[in-house]
Amino acid sequence: MSADLITQQKRRQRTNFVIFLGPACLLLLMFFVLPVVVDIAVAFTDMGRTLKAGEFTFENFERMFTRDRRLLKTLTLTFIYVLGTLAFFNVTFGLILALVTTALPSRAGGFFRAVWLLPRMSPSVVYALLWAWAIDPTERGLINQIFLALGIPILDLQNDFPMVLIIVANGFIGASMGMIIFTSAIRSIPEHLFHAARTDGAGGLRVVWHITLPAIRWPISFITVYQTLSLLVSFEYIWLITDGGPFFDTTVYALYVYKRAFESGQYAYGATLALLLVVIGVAASMLMWRFLNMKALLQEPRIEVH
Amino acid sequence: MARVELKQVTKAWGDVVAVEPTDLVIENGEFVAVLGPSGCGKSTTLFMLAGIYAPTSGAILFDGHEMNAVEPKDRNIGIVFQSYALYPHMNVRDNIAFPLKFQKLPKSEAIARAEDVARLVHVDELLDRKPSQLSGGQQQRVALARALVKQPNLLLLDEPLSNLDATLRLTMRTEIKALQKRTGITTILVTHDQLEATTMADRIICMSRGRIEQIGTPEDFYSRPASLFVAKFIGSPPLNLVEGTGREGRFQTGGASLRLGSDQGAPPEGGIVAGLRPEMLTFGPEGIAGEIVAIEPMGRETLYILDTDLGGLRVLESRPDRTHTVGQKVHVSFDAAETVLFDAATETRIAGAWVAV
Repeated sequence: MSADLITQQKRRQRTNFVIFLGPACLLLLMFFVLPVVVDIAVAFTDMGRTLKAGEFTFENFERMFTRDRRLLKTLTLTFIYVLGTLAFFNVTFGLILALVTTALPSRAGGFFRAVWLLPRMSPSVVYALLWAWAIDPTERGLINQIFLALGIPILDLQNDFPMVLIIVANGFIGASMGMIIFTSAIRSIPEHLFHAARTDGAGGLRVVWHITLPAIRWPISFITVYQTLSLLVSFEYIWLITDGGPFFDTTVYALYVYKRAFESGQYAYGATLALLLVVIGVAASMLMWRFLNMKALLQEPRIEVH
Repeated sequence: MARVELKQVTKAWGDVVAVEPTDLVIENGEFVAVLGPSGCGKSTTLFMLAGIYAPTSGAILFDGHEMNAVEPKDRNIGIVFQSYALYPHMNVRDNIAFPLKFQKLPKSEAIARAEDVARLVHVDELLDRKPSQLSGGQQQRVALARALVKQPNLLLLDEPLSNLDATLRLTMRTEIKALQKRTGITTILVTHDQLEATTMADRIICMSRGRIEQIGTPEDFYSRPASLFVAKFIGSPPLNLVEGTGREGRFQTGGASLRLGSDQGAPPEGGIVAGLRPEMLTFGPEGIAGEIVAIEPMGRETLYILDTDLGGLRVLESRPDRTHTVGQKVHVSFDAAETVLFDAATETRIAGAWVAV
């Protein structure tokens, strides 16, 4: 091959690299790397409402670790919220929905899946408003109307069971993601395996236990990891429905960061708190990566790139 | 062991009828093959016996008990699927022992029985492997072991050999047949391969478009095919079929006329299809005139393709005469007793009728 052709090919490779990987690298840099860098920088300043960074200081970290009396409670609430939503809805209920809707005739199954997808498709403000109406503590609220009809005394969910409320409200949306992933995973199991298990003597639940669950082990791991991370950082529905209240009873960590930074105007302190959230998120995902042996899920790429 | 009976069993998917009303009896300990082209309803019938599909109407009986409402798990059947359907996350031992999990059996005994069956089908060396680490033949044996381990009343085999290579298929054919004779389990084999059916089964059920075309021994199928469909489907190379009309004791076709008769009364009239088996045609000094168009050596035998007064004919010679060449003018003759005639309209065999040169 002539030297000319080789240089030409090398140039082609470089162009390909820029064309194919360039946009993704740029987006990653702009929206993921830069914010973290900015966050770290701000965390070491005393930036307030004026947006002026006066001096380099460790004061925020000192405050976070020694003087913030809310922090521990917020972390505990976050733990309960994430674990509760995952365990009851995003994984378990998503799985139940997938199992039930795939067992139904396909049209009925599709209908129920569509119903469960509705909250995800509606704007979050509308969804939150519906909840606000449903849990209204007077006899006008949907739940209380039902309770009244059944002869149960009316209830103030928002004040008496705020954590249950935000777990249910988030779970109703979160379950659909798991439902969709698990549904397609269940559909991809060869039908003959179910037939074989049934003729081998397994009843419905045993087929699920011995055939379906082992076959969708990876999707379950994936949803667990993915939803943990997204639950850790999301707070919009909580903010809209309870605004972290009553008092601080539903202020999860991400909402706490938001409140400190944007509602109290303590940008620098908010940045410091956010930094801890990044650390927690990374630690959680690494732990689960190891614990669920997710590495085995990844396959070596089969395409050779030149 | 079980005697299987189907009474007016049908299966339809919406408007599509997969199995027409079917009556059938399979005796205790019998080895039966259900033969037919893909889409003829044979696998559907098998899955109905397994309980995977419910019949649209009719009754399925095992030893006289109606099974329609009985779940697959309670029918005590073993089934081998075309894809083998081994559980990918279990090793061979667990795969074979899986059906015993649901019987009240101590774990040690279940493992012992699984290993016994594994020895029977020669996979006892592979017990700790996963299905993905097995070859097609090994997977097939494991599937067979899993079907046999709970000593089923009925063994159902759905195209079990179709994914194996030719040599292995031959070995497994012999082994499955021997195994069936030894265990005496009523066995139903579904296949589209006529050789598999004729070599393994005591009785063959030939299906086409959801209907049973013929039930009989391999010998019945060879010498007395019940319909044109069976005649075309069985035999390799297939029967030569010559279309013509019968009138006053003559069989008229294109450029030739043959004698037409019947052992049972008057010679048939009207549209007739005559079947001439390639191996019963012989070259001779007289008979139907023709010319050799092609010669296909098949090892021990040779197949000649002829253009004759009756149309294209295949002639199978078991002791080939090396002097025959393409383009040579020849005469072929045959024994009238070995010809089979079909009514062109109903496509069924006309019993007793024959043609002769």
